Amino acid sequence: MTPSQNIDYQQLRFSYRPCAEQTPGMAAPVHPVVVVGAGPVGLSTAIDLARQGIAVVLVDDDDTLSTGSRAICFAKRTLDIFDRLGCADRMVGKGVGWNRGKVFLRDQAVYEFDLLPEEGHARPAFINLQQYYVEGYLLEQAQTLPQIEIRWKNKVSAITHHEDHDALLVDTPDGPYTLKASYVVAADGSRSPLRRMMGLESQGHTFRDRFLIADVRMDAPFPAERWFWFDPPFHPNQSVLLHRQPDNVWRIDFQLGWDADPVLEKTAERVIPRVQALLGKEAQFSLEWVSVYTFSCVRMERFRHGRVFFVGDAAHCVSPFGARGANSGIQDAENLAWKLASVLQGHAPDALLDTYASEREYAADENLLNSTRSTDFITPKSRVSRQFRDAVLALAREHGFARRLVNSGRLSLPATLHDSPLNTADRTPLAGAMCPGAPCVDAPVVTAAGASWLLRQLGDRFVVMVFSAAAALPQQQFNALLELTRLMQPRPLHLLFVSDAPVTAQDQFLLASVSGGIATQVQDSDGLAARRHDARPGTCYLIRPDQHVSARWRDIDAGQIGAALLRAYGHDAAALPHRHAA
Amino acid sequence: MTLNTAPNLARPDDFYEALINMHRGLDDEASQTVNAKLILLLCNHIGGHEVLLEAMRLARASSAEALAEAA
Repeated sequence: MTPSQNIDYQQLRFSYRPCAEQTPGMAAPVHPVVVVGAGPVGLSTAIDLARQGIAVVLVDDDDTLSTGSRAICFAKRTLDIFDRLGCADRMVGKGVGWNRGKVFLRDQAVYEFDLLPEEGHARPAFINLQQYYVEGYLLEQAQTLPQIEIRWKNKVSAITHHEDHDALLVDTPDGPYTLKASYVVAADGSRSPLRRMMGLESQGHTFRDRFLIADVRMDAPFPAERWFWFDPPFHPNQSVLLHRQPDNVWRIDFQLGWDADPVLEKTAERVIPRVQALLGKEAQFSLEWVSVYTFSCVRMERFRHGRVFFVGDAAHCVSPFGARGANSGIQDAENLAWKLASVLQGHAPDALLDTYASEREYAADENLLNSTRSTDFITPKSRVSRQFRDAVLALAREHGFARRLVNSGRLSLPATLHDSPLNTADRTPLAGAMCPGAPCVDAPVVTAAGASWLLRQLGDRFVVMVFSAAAALPQQQFNALLELTRLMQPRPLHLLFVSDAPVTAQDQFLLASVSGGIATQVQDSDGLAARRHDARPGTCYLIRPDQHVSARWRDIDAGQIGAALLRAYGHDAAALPHRHAA
Repeated sequence: MTLNTAPNLARPDDFYEALINMHRGLDDEASQTVNAKLILLLCNHIGGHEVLLEAMRLARASSAEALAEAA
């Protein structure tokens, strides 16, 4: 398939093909990784693994992409990840970018927010893009990678655990076969069949409320902002959320209350008057998609079970308010992929995989907390809860403090993994948000090839980011860094020099020559990279393949960097001999 | 900063009268709303999270005791 802007991704069908395991007499090989579920999270996991050189079998029980109205808000961190996976340009090109939101009480705006109030970021706070486009673009990216084999109409029906692999029983139009894998990634959605087969469950809160989604095609004058109404005149006593999507499609999300009839409310006779109440009787529109949903905030107790890793909705579910579902799932995928690759390649112990679970369980708790708080505000569970909510809204019209309490959704931000065992704590205090565990923040840079972005220099492998021109370092320090990259082999370690000096093609050639290609240099053209990382000359950061900070120092000490690197690979740093000290 | 439970009101009897008068002519529902607004306004004025938690704890503790006695 060649990428095209005009594909109707909802109509695509993918043909089932028999696979090698179905050849009679063929012994089933043990694949490094099988990913179950070709949604956005499964596809991202497969692409990320393939980028790390790991062969992946991706199985899906269906032969289609997502249809209808599902995830639409993709956050900046997700776009940064899609950049690393090589498909963010298409998403941002097609999607509707937005940074701002408004909250209305009745017909009056009471609160506005800007999610990205500063310049110097490659990506906006959010884009809105229908899930079928996201899946379509990810799929087209996956199809360019020879390490990925996608098997449609392959439905996992049983799993058994063995000494050195797990075996999946897979049903196909040609009958069942056995699929073996060293590791299994369960990206099979909120009703995860794998979770059920393994006798596991997701637990938490369910909310007694119903919401109507109407995706409406129309020409409308609203700006590309998130608009949220409490008790609007066109839908009294309930809330309404409006989002703009590509192709002149608008998402309208009406709160209905628990007593609403989910079947009746889906009918055009009921939906059209609700939409007309918002848009006016004369408005011309057509319904693209209608559904009535309820939701819960739940998660599995543990995301790792032996060789099986649960990601995305299979592991955790939140309410839609805050756009924390698909976005957190993509972050699960990126957290897991480099760890699986490192263990499979022999660069890291199995213990690294436990940190997938601990880090992403922590992130899930943060998402669940935010989502539950938003939902408690939108759907108060008791009389007193509703009284306080209404009091906040009433006060918000006149008083700034109350506007800060209005909670129509705290929008997805990546978790800072403060307590990760992979972090090395600061020895000398550095300021700013880029503490160990934080996802690196973007900044404009200029490379020898031209204008670019800091995050595009990071990722896929560990990077030592040094705030200095390479040529400005004492020769001994530069040599110690080079020696460190040799000592760490075969683990890939890149050196990135960031300074305010322009970088010529000749500089870059010389640096590549002396470093054997493992060092690059960029110009911090606006000084924002240094400011956002509280950097002075000589400050350095160790950054993980998922662009999270492992450790940072005021001064360069190759021995400490080496110890932090091994710790970030899941080796217990305390147990290491100090032979790497430079 | 800890919660001050020593006498601190400038005009205690005037305050109490004003508090009751605030509800005059309101039905229970409206009174509840006014109380909720008053709590929110005062909590914002106090600001300190630990002090607020301490006040909530004290308020809830005496109610829990009353419930236990009634049972």
